Amino acid sequence: MIRPEAPVLLEIRDLHASVADQPILHGVNLTIRAGEIHAVMGRNGSGKSTLSKVLAGHPAYTVTGGSVLYRGEDLLALEPELRARRGVFLGFQYPVEIPGVSNLEFLRVATNGRRLEQGAEELDTFAFEDLVRERLAVVQMDPAFLERSVNEGFSGGEKKRNEILQMALLDPLVAILDETDSGLDIDALRIVAGGVNQLATAENATLLITHYQRLLDVITPDYVHVMAAGRILRTGGKELALELEDRGYDWVDAELAALAAAPLEVR
Amino acid sequence: MASLSMPTAEAPASSWGTALLHTLAAEVSREPALAARQQAARALAERPLPSRREEAWRFTDLAPLQAITPALLAPRTTAPASLPAAAAGVVRLLLDGHGDPLAGVTLPVGIESIPAAELGTLLQKPPTDRGVEGASASTHAAAWAGSEAPWCGLLAAATAGQILALRVKGVVEPTLELVSEAATADGVLPLRVLLILEPDAQLELLQVHRAAAASLTTVFLEARLGAGARLSHGLLGQGSGAAVLLAELTIDQEPASHYAFTSAVAGWALSRLEPRVLQSSGAATSRLRSLQRVDGRQIADQHSQVRFEGPEGKLDQLHKVIADGAGRSVFNGAVAVPRAAQRTDAVQLSRSLLLSDRARIDTKPQLEIVADDVKCAHGATVSRLQQEELFYLRSRGIDAARAAGLLLRGFCGEVLRELPAAAAIWQPLAMVLGEEAPRP
Repeated sequence: MIRPEAPVLLEIRDLHASVADQPILHGVNLTIRAGEIHAVMGRNGSGKSTLSKVLAGHPAYTVTGGSVLYRGEDLLALEPELRARRGVFLGFQYPVEIPGVSNLEFLRVATNGRRLEQGAEELDTFAFEDLVRERLAVVQMDPAFLERSVNEGFSGGEKKRNEILQMALLDPLVAILDETDSGLDIDALRIVAGGVNQLATAENATLLITHYQRLLDVITPDYVHVMAAGRILRTGGKELALELEDRGYDWVDAELAALAAAPLEVR
Repeated sequence: MASLSMPTAEAPASSWGTALLHTLAAEVSREPALAARQQAARALAERPLPSRREEAWRFTDLAPLQAITPALLAPRTTAPASLPAAAAGVVRLLLDGHGDPLAGVTLPVGIESIPAAELGTLLQKPPTDRGVEGASASTHAAAWAGSEAPWCGLLAAATAGQILALRVKGVVEPTLELVSEAATADGVLPLRVLLILEPDAQLELLQVHRAAAASLTTVFLEARLGAGARLSHGLLGQGSGAAVLLAELTIDQEPASHYAFTSAVAGWALSRLEPRVLQSSGAATSRLRSLQRVDGRQIADQHSQVRFEGPEGKLDQLHKVIADGAGRSVFNGAVAVPRAAQRTDAVQLSRSLLLSDRARIDTKPQLEIVADDVKCAHGATVSRLQQEELFYLRSRGIDAARAAGLLLRGFCGEVLRELPAAAAIWQPLAMVLGEEAPRP
């Protein structure tokens, strides 16, 4: 929901970033207010995933310019774990398998870190089990997955459900979901999208990074941004996603050529 | 058993081993010291201390051993108070190298002590032995080891004044726990154990060796598994400071027997484990799981040998290492599959985590395969903590140190979860990671 008076949660200004000395982001600008759902679309290599990794603080990515304010605070100055505890969540495109680490314990340690930051009390193993069983319903996940190692041997759909379960437990203010729809069949997509819809409130915001319109059939974005060559080329409403579905991305190349290297102000 | 006098100042010994033998001379020559011990002492006397010019000791510096006083530890007068109480369903034997570990203990149903008269015969070379001259007479598993008997085995056989010898029949319900603790003084704690598992016998065995002071714990354990016997064998080695552990384990398996070994060793200035498994006619199952961690300037070494002397044997071996600080880890995994061992199915994996730029890991699979119809796989990896795994945990609010800890626990868990259940009271994970743990 768009409310011009809603507090700004995330403010990205002229963000430049590189990985392995290869510049990827060339001046991203984006403002996200509470209650909003944003979708960032674009071709492979347009910088979408890099944007999500930079926001989460992946050590392989170097910010070379610009700023990101999270609720007025310099997000880029925070270690990844502090970003998470303050309420920034990244749902991974490829959730990582961690052999030997119990999913339940992992979820409990993560949840308690966030709770302490929120001023809530830590949950002991019993209280946490009650909470996690309740949140499992959000993604219709089998409790048996709690007993396994983190993501180990999970199918693609199970991994994504586990991501949304983590989101449900960590109660983020800004959730960045990187290609959450990739590798999901239509039923799993519905469940995962249902979870995201259920967790969206007037106080938090969601940034969906996706390749396809089909996720946006089940999660309605307030804004759609088209990313190309490391910046946001155009911003519109949900109809922009439909237009992309119709026309493909070829027009992006034409627009890029026309823009050349000129700086871009979007929203 | 009479206690020995401590060494007196003598002419310089040619090596640490002969110095130790010198302090034992009176005892070894005395009747009725076992012929096997005298034989081992003679063989040891002729052997210099292993040097790094020998392939099997190439990476392993014995300086920490030579820093130990070459004399037996004095007998302890009371049971160590620091030991956790034995868990329910566990029969604990305390080994101190002097007293009778069976005194005051009711052995569980199915386990009996082997009388001294019979022990002498058992330790003589069996007729089927493919023994090598100079090999410790008791170990037909050791005899095949190469041109020489293993030095660690000889050392333990020569120094141990008593042998805990047990025969196992049927299914033994309680876990047998053998505990030693070199806590008090400067010297050597020699331990020798012989287990005979009758056909179809089943036993869960847990060895726990701890050391607090500059001492050497030297262990020689032989287990002979009859047809269809099952031995689940755990070994925890918790060292500290300047302590040294040398352990020789020789396992002989008849067909259809099942041997599962799981070890976790950490904290020693120097530790060396030599598990030697012989499937005397093949057709048995061996499962080996080991974890060793080094930090500071510690050295941890495992030289394992598995040999199939007949067809259709199975081996599943996993060796894991955590190397931190300026620690040094050595693994050599020999697997011998001679022509007679057709249809052997063997897997050996070595997984090492290198946590410091100053640590060093040497890992070497050594498969000698002559038979042609076999499945033998091996692999070795040395890596750092996976950055993607670390980032994933950190992105969930888990700080870097705790994330690394979780990954380490996961790494250890793969081995530790296979320890006998009775190992839990010793807190093996805390022990390996050097965290708060029961201390001698």
